[in-house]
Amino acid sequence: MIRALIPLLIFLGLGALFAVGLTKDPSKLPSELINQPVPVFSLTELYDAKKEIDETIFKGRVSLLNVFGSWCTACLVEHPLLMRAAARKDVLIIGMDWRDRREDGQAWLEQHGNPYSEIIFDEASELAIKLGVTGAPESFIIDKAGYIRYKHTGIITSEIWHQKLLPLIETLKVE
Amino acid sequence: MRFLYAIFFALLLCGSAVAQLSNTEINAKTREVSRALRCVVCQNQSIDESDAPLAADMRRLVRRQISEGKSEDEVIAYMRQTYGDYVLLKPPVQRNTFLLWFAPLLLLLGVLIWFIRASKIQED
Repeated sequence: MIRALIPLLIFLGLGALFAVGLTKDPSKLPSELINQPVPVFSLTELYDAKKEIDETIFKGRVSLLNVFGSWCTACLVEHPLLMRAAARKDVLIIGMDWRDRREDGQAWLEQHGNPYSEIIFDEASELAIKLGVTGAPESFIIDKAGYIRYKHTGIITSEIWHQKLLPLIETLKVE
Repeated sequence: MRFLYAIFFALLLCGSAVAQLSNTEINAKTREVSRALRCVVCQNQSIDESDAPLAADMRRLVRRQISEGKSEDEVIAYMRQTYGDYVLLKPPVQRNTFLLWFAPLLLLLGVLIWFIRASKIQED
């Protein structure tokens, strides 16, 4: 009698494994850098090839680092939200123009608006690889001490912004 | 005088060859490391095989670190720091991968036990 139940038990066991396994999104990777300081880097500003930017720009203020590029179509979707957030002064938004050409990045911002207070120009994925970036858009919330506290992969929807990112930003501001 | 110059440059070349890896060595090591690293945007290719721009940048970084004299393991460890275990194409044997590595063995053992018992019953 019990032996007859074995196939059923195996089936249920596999079913449970697949139920958990298949709902996990394999494209979502964990960020190894949560609660780690922003890695040391030295790049230039998108608008000024002579102006150097390094990790110290994240010190002393809460910021949102947003990875974008003129080639990135998904970035256009979240762009209006970033524009509104910048206009409301919700948080300081620092951009990272990734794998782009300077003139293309600038033209893109000209066309769609510029929500960024500063823009790191990362042509050859120098900072992108240090941050474990796998695609754009990708956003990091960085605290006053310059530590990465949250990573969001993909488009920031209004829901994610108001329910997750903004509340976290507000708590970090008073930290 | 020309002879002296020749000796001087020859020595200079020797000196730099000793201090640095040769180009072929760098290439070989870069390829070896690149084959072990997953292209994080394509998921099932190594950065050696992938045409993705990010994979190209990662290859360049691997090459730079190798030519700076870092060992293969050091370069892989560096990538693992930012992209996690995910960047390794071959999962390391550690606590959370025990089941992955040893499940086939367990399964084989189970089948073997089942087989032996079944054949015993038949004998009886």
